[in-house]
Amino acid sequence: MSDQSHETEHHSAGGEQDSMTVHEENSIHVEKWEGIWIRIAVGMTVVFIAAITIAALSFGISVPGATARVNPATLNEPGSPFANPGIRELAPGKYEVYMVAQTWNFVPDRLEVPQGSEVTFYLTSRDVTHGIKLAGTNVNMMALPGQVSTLKATFDEAGTFNYICHEYCGYVAGAPIGHHTMYGQLTVLPADGTSETAQVTE
Amino acid sequence: MSVQAVPGAGVKAHPTPVPLTAKDLKIVDRLAGLNILVGVLALSIGALLGVFQGLEHAKVLNIYPWLNPVIKTYYQGLTLHGALNAVVWTTFFICGFFTFSFVRSIDRPLKYPWMSTVAFIVMVVGLVTAAVPMLTNNASVLYTFYPPMLADWSFYVGLVLLVVGSWIVGYSMYFTYYAWRKENPDARAPFIALAATITMAMWQLATLGVAAEILFQLLPNALAPVLGYPAPGLDVLLNRTLFWWFGHPLVYFWLLPAYVSWYAMLPAQTNGKMFSEPLARLVFWLFLLFSTPVGFHHQYADPGIPEIWKYIHMIFTMGVGFPSLITAFTVVASLEIGARARGGKGYLRWIGRLNWGDPSYAAQNLAMILFIFGGIGGLINASYNVNMAVHNTMWVPGHFHLTVGSASTLTFFGIAYWLVPKLTGHKLFTKWLALAQAWTWFFGMLFFSNAYHTLGLLFSVPRRTMLGEAPYYSSAWNPQMMESVLGLTLLSISATLFFAIMLFTLILPRKLDKEIAMPVAQPLDPKPAPKWLDTWWPWLNGAIALVILSYGPMLYQLIRDAEFWSKGIRVW
Repeated sequence: MSDQSHETEHHSAGGEQDSMTVHEENSIHVEKWEGIWIRIAVGMTVVFIAAITIAALSFGISVPGATARVNPATLNEPGSPFANPGIRELAPGKYEVYMVAQTWNFVPDRLEVPQGSEVTFYLTSRDVTHGIKLAGTNVNMMALPGQVSTLKATFDEAGTFNYICHEYCGYVAGAPIGHHTMYGQLTVLPADGTSETAQVTE
Repeated sequence: MSVQAVPGAGVKAHPTPVPLTAKDLKIVDRLAGLNILVGVLALSIGALLGVFQGLEHAKVLNIYPWLNPVIKTYYQGLTLHGALNAVVWTTFFICGFFTFSFVRSIDRPLKYPWMSTVAFIVMVVGLVTAAVPMLTNNASVLYTFYPPMLADWSFYVGLVLLVVGSWIVGYSMYFTYYAWRKENPDARAPFIALAATITMAMWQLATLGVAAEILFQLLPNALAPVLGYPAPGLDVLLNRTLFWWFGHPLVYFWLLPAYVSWYAMLPAQTNGKMFSEPLARLVFWLFLLFSTPVGFHHQYADPGIPEIWKYIHMIFTMGVGFPSLITAFTVVASLEIGARARGGKGYLRWIGRLNWGDPSYAAQNLAMILFIFGGIGGLINASYNVNMAVHNTMWVPGHFHLTVGSASTLTFFGIAYWLVPKLTGHKLFTKWLALAQAWTWFFGMLFFSNAYHTLGLLFSVPRRTMLGEAPYYSSAWNPQMMESVLGLTLLSISATLFFAIMLFTLILPRKLDKEIAMPVAQPLDPKPAPKWLDTWWPWLNGAIALVILSYGPMLYQLIRDAEFWSKGIRVW
């Protein structure tokens, strides 16, 4: 893009059909509209990165990080937080869920929380790689043996939501269960106390 | 034999260029043809299995009970579908296409032709070795083979041989390139030869991750029961990290050969010129730099990796989108030159004057259009927190059927429409069928991928799942499932056409009227690219440095803290 160029003298092996000095450009010639497009492309890339950064920092829309490790062989031992998987209330409206993914179900596979609850999920796998996505939320993470996955979510909308295993985790031909039958349901109970079944959404 | 070089101060004698003879080309063309043949055969099986999966998802037909005992489960079929289409078809086609085009571009015989022959043999032995356990349901681990699922050892040995064979294809090119450089110290490397060699160098760097995973983790565990020593165990996260070191540059290995054709061949197929040849070189060097330090964007949802590393890889991933954005401008400008040379006018009306009547051209142009959507989807997937909305849902297969399934595959179909007649000496059977093939693929993939994207985004429908048997199947998915079946129907017609065209071109002895030459677009500006765009060391060292910086600290930590708690399990 700049005009800078410097002169280099080239001697070809045989000496010289022409003794001309070769002007070698070190810069690429960029055509006008191409230059404009390149600037737009750089701008777009910067804007995308900025938008993602702002979303992560300001709105706390985040991804799982490094939490803790747990030996999959010791999940049942007393003292392991995964020995009794399930939901625990920490404070009014605040819950934690310890969940084990295993071939081929989630433990627990049914959860109930009141509307407006903030729930922190701790997930690990007893055997192979699994995954979980809670429909309609950003709770989406892998369950790996040896690792604890953590995400937090707030449930403002009443209804019943599936959490489905989204990583292939095996299936034996003809068996009644397998990867595709592995799912659970979280019910968000309406705050006004009406029956949950009335609020079930598909 | 020798040049009349006068040895003197600062002037080095260099070897005489070796001319390319018909005999040299015969070896190259036979290898190219064999590679493409294996690739197409693999795709024919892989594509058929894909149709079965689509029909199962939509509850149209669960064919698997009838496929027994050949294919025992949906997931065995899915493993074959992924491995045959995404690995075998692509790798063999690319090795054949590059061997053919590299030699013609650099205009010099292969330095060691036997090396390319050995490469092909190693790849075929690898393919057969990996195919046996896949076909006997001893390796139904999908093509990402996440541990601690553990396949039969022969599956991993086969994969290693396939990859090593493709390395040797690259070595044969490196030696030839080096010999050419010695003979032509001041010339600029021809674009196609340079771009193909950069792609193979990138592949070399990329495959180191998966090679380490297989050699140090998977094979020692898979061989333990066979050789009777205690299994050393697996660290699952370490394995995933090594896999994705390879897993994302893999997609550039699929894409860059298509870019070679789009940049340097396609303009010539529509009377155009390369709009900005030096910039095209820069694009390939940027891909060498940025293809590999991006793997954690496949692990956004993984535990055990600090968010900062995911964030850093997100930035590199956005960076690797940049050369594709340049490509969008430069390739379209090159084609526009052609359309205007063909009498095209107006701001957009020139598009109609592109060489749409040529199936090779039409297929590749349609592939580009689908890649616009594929590229945008890719940026969304790379977007860290936005990825949480779509990770491991049907959105993802929707996405990569636009990229590897269209940008690459439909482009390779287009290349095959001139290359296969060239290699067989037979006329294409026929132009009209090939045009129909390209358009049915285009519309089929539009419907199919739109449906899958929507299923993932709106309903969180999981990928890699035998949905027809899932208890959570919802009638709300029906409209998209119907759309996907419409797409699938068109794709089935299209694939059938492609295989019929290949078969009849091969077997019908309809001799070509005139010789076919490889299309090579001339640069619009004849001034050669600056030397720094033809110099390997800064880019290659830069690429290695970026891999070390982006993976070194995290891999060091993962290896230092590795816990081999998991034992290989068979869950199928």
